[in-house]
Amino acid sequence: MNPAVADAVADAHRREWAFVLAATVRVTRDLDLAEECVQDAYAKALATWDERGIPASPGAWLTTVAKNRALDLLRRDATMRRSLPLLLDEQTTPEPPEPDGSPVEDDRLRLIFTCCHPALSEQAQVALTLRLLCGLTTAEVAHAFLVSETTMAARITRAKKKIATARIPYRVPPAEDLPARIDAVLTVVHLLFTTGHTAPAGDTLVRHDLLDRSLDLVRMLRALLPGNGDVTGLLALIVLTHARSAARVAGDGRMLLLADQDRTRWDHAAIDEGVALVRESLQSRPIGRYAIMAAIAALHAEAPSWEETDWHEVVCLYDLLLRVWPSPVVALNRAVAVGFADGFAYGLKELDDLAADPRLAGYPYLPAARADFLHRLGRTAESRTAYEQALTLTDNTLEKTFLTTRLNDLGPDQNHPPANLRGRGPTRRNRD
Amino acid sequence: MAKYLILIYEDEASWANAGPEDYERAMKEHTAFGENNRDVLRGGEALHPGSMGTSVRKDASGDFVVTDGAFFETKEGLGGYYLIEVDDLDQAIAVAKQVPAPYGGVEVRPVMVFS
Repeated sequence: MNPAVADAVADAHRREWAFVLAATVRVTRDLDLAEECVQDAYAKALATWDERGIPASPGAWLTTVAKNRALDLLRRDATMRRSLPLLLDEQTTPEPPEPDGSPVEDDRLRLIFTCCHPALSEQAQVALTLRLLCGLTTAEVAHAFLVSETTMAARITRAKKKIATARIPYRVPPAEDLPARIDAVLTVVHLLFTTGHTAPAGDTLVRHDLLDRSLDLVRMLRALLPGNGDVTGLLALIVLTHARSAARVAGDGRMLLLADQDRTRWDHAAIDEGVALVRESLQSRPIGRYAIMAAIAALHAEAPSWEETDWHEVVCLYDLLLRVWPSPVVALNRAVAVGFADGFAYGLKELDDLAADPRLAGYPYLPAARADFLHRLGRTAESRTAYEQALTLTDNTLEKTFLTTRLNDLGPDQNHPPANLRGRGPTRRNRD
Repeated sequence: MAKYLILIYEDEASWANAGPEDYERAMKEHTAFGENNRDVLRGGEALHPGSMGTSVRKDASGDFVVTDGAFFETKEGLGGYYLIEVDDLDQAIAVAKQVPAPYGGVEVRPVMVFS
């Protein structure tokens, strides 16, 4: 086979899956059947495009083939018509005009709002989004969240059953519900992004599959909901954070903190795009949490070095973020920024105040941040205890290695020298 | 169209301690809810608290056991319900948001249809 054809099909899979599926659902009024027909269409594309060439509009070609397959199946086998068909918007239930087989633009929005309906559990929303909007197989979705394929298959089946049984409509919500529903969608995309950015467990720090998917999704949302400040803010945040991802892991595989990263390895074109998006998103009112987080990311991205970061401005933005989104993790990040803006003793005080919050009890970054500040303040024994505490709270191999290195860099514990320290030189640190 | 049962779960202790003005307000709010949703309402009742309930189950040997109290011992008890008929879950949720439930919340459950 012509490798260009395989590439074109793979590309169309990534770019057009949601578009093709969203249009096919309109015909089948059943998610499972639509998925089957879309899969068939992609399989057919591999053979047909090889023979006849790649069509000018792969998405339209795939949509027509998938829809025809669906119509064919429905005609031949009446049992294909489910007893609980997906509910279509009354006004648009008649087939849209399709001289070129293209669906109305917001079919993808209908699919997004169905996948991210608040009546579904967040886990189900995430799974359906990856499966139906990104076209991942159940095995791939299971792998992304480190659960067994059986568990994930059951989760997806149950979610689809709820959509049909509880009659979650295939519809863009009315204007009064839209802000809350968009927020639910953005929460799912943001969760995919943060899970990809630092995998909670496993042997790699960054899950590029999830990061790339979250970027695809937020770009699609931006195209479908132009001018929405929260969407623009999340896009800015993901673009800016993504721009730094290549520098987060050193050549030898170690994890590098923002402070220690080689800033020339950042993607500066992406940073420029992100900064422009931040400016745009900050013009929306009210200013949303993603826009503020993106503004913080922009300050970091534009700073020539960690030391030269505008920490006072970072603290101000965290103050604003706490007002919009009171969350213990935001408070933790603010406390770290206070340490760099006003002095480590002040930052440590803020961190200690947060240690009482039960919501942060299992969060490794709190003891890790305390350990760093304690170390900078020369309180080595306490720093060691805090690093040890952080180590018990993460299952990510790279994070564990990072914390162990920091711990070992404190020098040997006089009482209990760890075996792996034998033969190591004295503490080498160059940042204090 | 589809039927949904809106189950009202509230903290029974709060109602036990409520004064006459609270009951009066609840009565007014439910009356207003009923008027505002007349077109979709198919039924609804308030229930006495779980302590007034009697549970009837079968034990391992298949004999009936009748006991005092609600089926599930929880802080929030089923205090009433509305049966509604609307197009979809979004409409059902929109109605559910209007149900007065000062000491708890509601659950929206689709009614099973047998063909």
